[in-house]
Amino acid sequence: MNFNLRDWGASLWEKSNKWQRLAIGTSIVALLFAVPLLEKTFFNTPSTPFVSVLFYPIGIYVLMALGLNVVVGKSGLLDLGYVAFYAVGAYTAGILSMHFKLNTWEILPIGILLAMFSGLILGAAVLRLRGDYLAIVTLGFGEIIRITALNSASVGGANGISGIPNPPTTFGLKFDLENQVTYYWVILVLIIITISIIRGLSVRRPGRAWESIRQDEDVAELMGVNTYKYKLWAFVFGASVGGAAGVLFASKAMFIAPNIFNYNISILILAFVVFGGMGNIWGVVAGAVLLSYIPERIRFISDMRMLIFGLLLIIMMNLRPDGMLPRKKREKIKQAGASHE
Amino acid sequence: MDFSVLTDQFASLTIDGVALGFIYVLIALGYTMVYGVLRLINFANSEVFMLGSFATILVATQIFNKNLESDPLTGFKLVYTMLAMLLGAMIVSGLVSVLIEIVAYRRLRSRTSNRLTSLISAIGVSIFLAEGVRILTSSAPMGTPRILEKNTLFTVFGADVRVDTFLVIIFAIILLIILDSFVNKTRLGKGIRAVSMDYDTSRLMGINLNKIISTTFLIGGLGTGAASFFYITVYEQTRFSIGFELGLAAFTAAVLGGIGNIRGAFAGGIALGLIEMYSSAVFGTQWRSITAFVILVLVLLFKPNGIFGESLQQARV
Repeated sequence: MNFNLRDWGASLWEKSNKWQRLAIGTSIVALLFAVPLLEKTFFNTPSTPFVSVLFYPIGIYVLMALGLNVVVGKSGLLDLGYVAFYAVGAYTAGILSMHFKLNTWEILPIGILLAMFSGLILGAAVLRLRGDYLAIVTLGFGEIIRITALNSASVGGANGISGIPNPPTTFGLKFDLENQVTYYWVILVLIIITISIIRGLSVRRPGRAWESIRQDEDVAELMGVNTYKYKLWAFVFGASVGGAAGVLFASKAMFIAPNIFNYNISILILAFVVFGGMGNIWGVVAGAVLLSYIPERIRFISDMRMLIFGLLLIIMMNLRPDGMLPRKKREKIKQAGASHE
Repeated sequence: MDFSVLTDQFASLTIDGVALGFIYVLIALGYTMVYGVLRLINFANSEVFMLGSFATILVATQIFNKNLESDPLTGFKLVYTMLAMLLGAMIVSGLVSVLIEIVAYRRLRSRTSNRLTSLISAIGVSIFLAEGVRILTSSAPMGTPRILEKNTLFTVFGADVRVDTFLVIIFAIILLIILDSFVNKTRLGKGIRAVSMDYDTSRLMGINLNKIISTTFLIGGLGTGAASFFYITVYEQTRFSIGFELGLAAFTAAVLGGIGNIRGAFAGGIALGLIEMYSSAVFGTQWRSITAFVILVLVLLFKPNGIFGESLQQARV
């Protein structure tokens, strides 16, 4: 009955052979790299340069939404403190670049590792908790990180860290205020890598384990899935993506302060995931792009954009409770459930 | 770390902590009642508190024409002004809470079993209300005219008990007793307990779910509204972001005691109020909210269902 973009896309992909897929893939990627050309068109953002909007908020938020999607969408673990890993990445970039003079590309793997490590610590402690308790403890963890940064003079306290260097010129690509498009390309590459890793994992053992944990944790455990281990994996994976986003954000913004990493970011990212359609990568990407782009586009009523954002969330959830592009499997389960009732 | 402040002012910290704790208890009702019945976090409750606090001040300034320079009232006039402010806050908060249920939860409840969906629409309501008030007030804090003169009433163990803290504690206890007997003695309360015990079976038994759920939101809203009045009486100021700050703490309190359990909310709220006061005396106020979270994490690690365990039906224990 109703047109389902996700199914249409999936069937198009399934019908194509290897070469067609390659052609579709490359043309989509090429189009994505060319998006900055839309700057002078209708899509231009009024108060912030279009190219910089493409990197932040859109690119950063898409990346983080993808990471959180693995935790919330795929494994069903409600994490309300995702911003903590973003903060860990950003502060790693801030500290290492200021004290050890490392450049962004050297910091990136370290930031990811540190974020993974904090994910491991937090996860090991709290993943035995059930749904809503997990939510509040992760929320608390996010606040603990922020308030600790706020009260620690060694990382600048409330003033944060400023003067974080931009990435060095790499392969002839300059990273500075005049050449912002390079940041977009870098985050695009990272997003593509993340998507291919998630897609790879989804069809293999971890992905199946996450899916079974999401559907019914007890049954999964009975069937011999080491639920604790795979939940921890999901958490650590999500953390690594958040950390990467944090490092890139810090090196572009050149300035970080504790209050950038507040609880609203976690909620915003969660909203992207649910709005787009939990568990479905393309839905999540679409949700993150739309919801982070719209407030920038409608800045002429700039003061009211968050108000409209809130309204949009309510309306959307009422119209399409499973998000814009719900996952295919969900749809079937729901239909079966509806006929059962 | 400095323990001298804690030991010197232990009694007065305790009194302040208990008063703050009762405010948390009343806000926590909005979370805990809804959780008990629907098993979902009522994220928009923080904004119910925020609107209640503005309603309290607006009753004083618009209806009774008080301004920040007005002298405190005395006698009969004081009593009915404060009662009107309390009622105003409770009515506004109660109505908003019921409206939130209709707008954010009701349609979703019948259409999807996915609890995250309701969570997001509640977050939407929360953002909408907070942003609406932010725009209307231009982000400025709003102070209240001083209605009640804050004299010291009596002294215990060298600590002054002020009129406002005393009133908060007494009123909160009365409200909690009323609520407890409502849930345990009346027919509607029985319905609430039944739904929290088994959602599906209670529907089969002919309980009008919409009515029960609306009542639950109403009670949660009334409690939260009362909390906002007490908060204004003690702290005398509000702003659009107040909901987030206190809502988070109250939610922590609810989880600490065991969410879904009224007596748990009571224990958790008082415990949190005391912890916050003592820890800010020892570590400094800037670490106040962290200690609450650290304690919460520790409690949950060793007692994963909170101090008193979950759900309303155990409230009789």
